[in-house]
Amino acid sequence: MTANGMPAPDFAASAPCAPPTGNLVPLLHEIRHALTCWLEKGQEHVIDLRGIPLAPGEEDGLLEQLGEGEVKAGLTLMGPSVIIETRYPGVWLVTHYSEDESITGRFIEVCEVPAILKSQTDDIRTGLERLEDQLSNAEATV
Amino acid sequence: MSKNKTLGETLQERGISRRSFLKFCATTASMMALPPSMIPVIASTLEKVRRPSVIWLSFQECTGCTESITRSHSATIEDLIFDTISLDYHHTLQAASGAAAEHAREEAMQENHGNYILVVDGSIPGENNGYSTIAGISNKDMLLDTAAGAAAIVAVGSCAAFGGIPKADPNPTGAVSVSDLIKDKPIVNVPGCPPIPAVMTGVLVQFLTFGLPELDHLGRPAAFYGQSIHDRCYRRPFYDKGLFANSFDDEGAKKGWCLFKLGCKGPTTYNACAVTKWNDGTSFPIEAGHPCLGCSEPDFWDAGSFYKALSIPTGDIGKTAVYAGTAGLVAGAALGASLRARKKSAVKNHERVTIDDLDQES
Repeated sequence: MTANGMPAPDFAASAPCAPPTGNLVPLLHEIRHALTCWLEKGQEHVIDLRGIPLAPGEEDGLLEQLGEGEVKAGLTLMGPSVIIETRYPGVWLVTHYSEDESITGRFIEVCEVPAILKSQTDDIRTGLERLEDQLSNAEATV
Repeated sequence: MSKNKTLGETLQERGISRRSFLKFCATTASMMALPPSMIPVIASTLEKVRRPSVIWLSFQECTGCTESITRSHSATIEDLIFDTISLDYHHTLQAASGAAAEHAREEAMQENHGNYILVVDGSIPGENNGYSTIAGISNKDMLLDTAAGAAAIVAVGSCAAFGGIPKADPNPTGAVSVSDLIKDKPIVNVPGCPPIPAVMTGVLVQFLTFGLPELDHLGRPAAFYGQSIHDRCYRRPFYDKGLFANSFDDEGAKKGWCLFKLGCKGPTTYNACAVTKWNDGTSFPIEAGHPCLGCSEPDFWDAGSFYKALSIPTGDIGKTAVYAGTAGLVAGAALGASLRARKKSAVKNHERVTIDDLDQES
């Protein structure tokens, strides 16, 4: 068990089924380094998993090791997106799918909240206009 | 979409949220092999883009490149990319034909002179213009005429970029590439037989976002062709350890070892297959157990057997040719008949076909 009471990942048990490239452990070290940087400087970090050669099954091994933490959010925009905080707080797995539900992008983000989860200023402005229209229409009909 | 409106304005009008646009930019950056730190730059630049006119010309080709780009599974993203351009002429895809089609091309050229992007797939017959014509216009004349007013040219597929299969020995039509004929315009080569759909659309987005991309010595965008298949291959660690498959069904093949000895051209081939992959990121030839053919390199069809390892000199082919020339055509015909008989016998008796057999046939 770890300090926060969650079971410690067994790196050997979740080894990928195909012969490994050896990129898995360096990736975990990159995440560890990014977490240190965030704590020290508030610096965010994004890793594009499509840019790293991984053997078949190796990515699943990585996801298994990162696990799932306390937050899971789903977005519906041009196909679904799933945002999961891993068992390591501050380490998020962001997966974008197309409308036919195939993966179009997968990122590991080290930050407080991934940018795509935050409300966007343009969208807030459009929403405000919509609400104002709705209110003026309602007033006109009263 | 009006040509005067920016992409950002159009998306807003259509009710596409900023968040959706950010998702599009994130997946596009990933597709273009750009670092995630570029996502905000892509977003701020792309939303200001106005819809450029694109004229697509197809010459000596098999339509595989058009098939590839239109068969992309990421329908939403491709739709968005196509929304950012005005595809004014593509004789395979457009409904108009004959004089009406040519009129559309001429109109787009006049309206957007100096600003349109010209996309070309297929090589151009260099010796006799009659080998390939469209509406009575030779490929060469149509290319020179259309290229004159283009801002830039994208040569899609190995045929347009390097001559491709039409140029393969003995090159009956005297096929040449776009860059053999056009010297005064920026040309981006997007080779591959066919190129990866995401690479083709990625180049268009990159052009719209950052202008002319950084090119390698063969005119290919470095973002996609900057690294060899070998360097990005998940089987690379086996090469480093000296673990190779020696046939398609030996223990090494079953364990997924390196395909170098089976003729893999990954070490000399520059493309994004190992990272971007095919069929919506499902797999790529090496992952399916077949060596890379090197289709994004010049003259790949004439580079010797697909199944001969790179370190084995392909000089045998020349030697055989000299021998055949000396011994006369009869010897060559006899060899061909013998191979065909051997193949028939192998099929009949369910014998295993070896690398040597494949080598002799190629």
